[in-house]
Amino acid sequence: MNQLILSTAALALTAGMAMAETVRLGTEGAYPPYNFINDAGEVDGFERVLGDELCKRAELTCEWVTNEWDSIIPNLVSGNYDVIIAGMSITDERDKVIDFSQNYIPPATSAYLALSADTDLKSGPVAAQTATIQAGYIAEQGMTLAEYATPDETVAAVRNGEAVAVFADKDFLVPIAEESNGELVFTGDEPSLGGGVGLGIRESDTELKDKFNAAIQSMKDDGSLNALITEWFGDKALLF
Amino acid sequence: MFQYCAEPKTLEGLIWLSCYLTNEKHQLLYGSLGTVLLLMAIVAPVAMLFGFGGAVAARSHLLPVRLFGKGYTSMVRGIPDIIFFMFVPIALDQLFELIRHKIKCPDWTDAIWQGSDFVVCAEAKLPLSTSPQYVHEIYGFSLAVLAFSIVFGAFAANVLYGAMQAVPRAQLETAEAYGMTRRQAFRRVLVPQMWVFALPGLSNLWMILIKATPLLFLLGVEDIVYWAKELGGSKTSQFAYPHPDWRLFYFMALLVYYLSMTRLSEIVLGRLSQRLSRGQATFAGEQQRKAAR
Repeated sequence: MNQLILSTAALALTAGMAMAETVRLGTEGAYPPYNFINDAGEVDGFERVLGDELCKRAELTCEWVTNEWDSIIPNLVSGNYDVIIAGMSITDERDKVIDFSQNYIPPATSAYLALSADTDLKSGPVAAQTATIQAGYIAEQGMTLAEYATPDETVAAVRNGEAVAVFADKDFLVPIAEESNGELVFTGDEPSLGGGVGLGIRESDTELKDKFNAAIQSMKDDGSLNALITEWFGDKALLF
Repeated sequence: MFQYCAEPKTLEGLIWLSCYLTNEKHQLLYGSLGTVLLLMAIVAPVAMLFGFGGAVAARSHLLPVRLFGKGYTSMVRGIPDIIFFMFVPIALDQLFELIRHKIKCPDWTDAIWQGSDFVVCAEAKLPLSTSPQYVHEIYGFSLAVLAFSIVFGAFAANVLYGAMQAVPRAQLETAEAYGMTRRQAFRRVLVPQMWVFALPGLSNLWMILIKATPLLFLLGVEDIVYWAKELGGSKTSQFAYPHPDWRLFYFMALLVYYLSMTRLSEIVLGRLSQRLSRGQATFAGEQQRKAAR
């Protein structure tokens, strides 16, 4: 009899745990305004607000973790966290290793930022962050690529002359250009790359993917996602 | 931290700086200094233990034990640290989870490796995904300590092995002539005399350990170099304390830290070397004897 009570209690306990499932969200924390570590030392930015809202709608308890961009996919597949929410564009190469939710930012434009508007982009290396869609694009276009580990270093490379321009998501570059007092300006074309930004989820985690897809859809339907994008990326940002 | 820091954008000069250097993010930097020191304080003795074990194993008369000792040192010494640090903690983590999985979820039917995914049941996760963040951090730190200890243990094993070989054979023969067993001779004669030979090699290892701590960030542990890079990077007005690229200043501070750590170590190790040379049949020991006369 005791055994029966114990196993029922265990069952109830595990059922309770399944309801308040803890999901660990992995982000980079170095890509403002998408995600960054604020001065209180906490994860902040568009994706912080979005992630918290998605977890609320999907009725999940969420915990934030930061991880280097370089090893962000290996650590997802080996189970150190359950979701990548780090401004990651949906691409075919990544889709072979992990799954993506539907996009929560439409396919956004990438842009070049340089010291002057008439910079010849073929005249020297163009800086991009390692293992990003932009780095792949630069290499494909036959330009010289200079790769850096963090987004901040790509911009620093232009300022100190290591690279002629930096190529990154325009949303990331806009505040930098605005606050450089005209030192940095946009140049060249602004191609639209990838399939938008989505959550990275393990291929075996279909249940979690469905929950987040539903949550993103509900935010798209009631317009709250568009409001959030405008709040963080300004009036010119692309909306759904 | 201070009352007057509530509105950082209105502050200027030294007051701004005092607020900036004491904000929560900087406190994380100062805290990570403790992490680094703690790592060194734990790794040094544990690596020494591994090294001693490895050296004794490499001298063993039993072939399998000897092969294990030799294999351990040559394998770890032959693999680049950065590959070792990427591979070993993830492999160890998966091994622990696999063992727990076999014990806790015997009824599990799905494959554990699905493509590139490593999937074990929720109860076998280490730490449990429900446990708070600090448990994850302690676990990650422990894996780091283990990885550092295995690597530095292998180097220490080789140093101690060499030091044991350097003790004059005549000393051991004398011990045997007095009727000591092999074990007694090892403990009473060989070990006390080998340290003076091992010290230069071990002090090199200690210096390398001080400088190898930034490898921690590979394991997801945020150390001082990570925070210096993060804090030094240029900050737009999205942040409470915007500033241009200040990495130079942060790295200068790190330079001072590393130089003073190594200088301090040199002084301590120099004293230790003198102490260990006392009464030894080495050149330094002989000089001490003459000076005292």
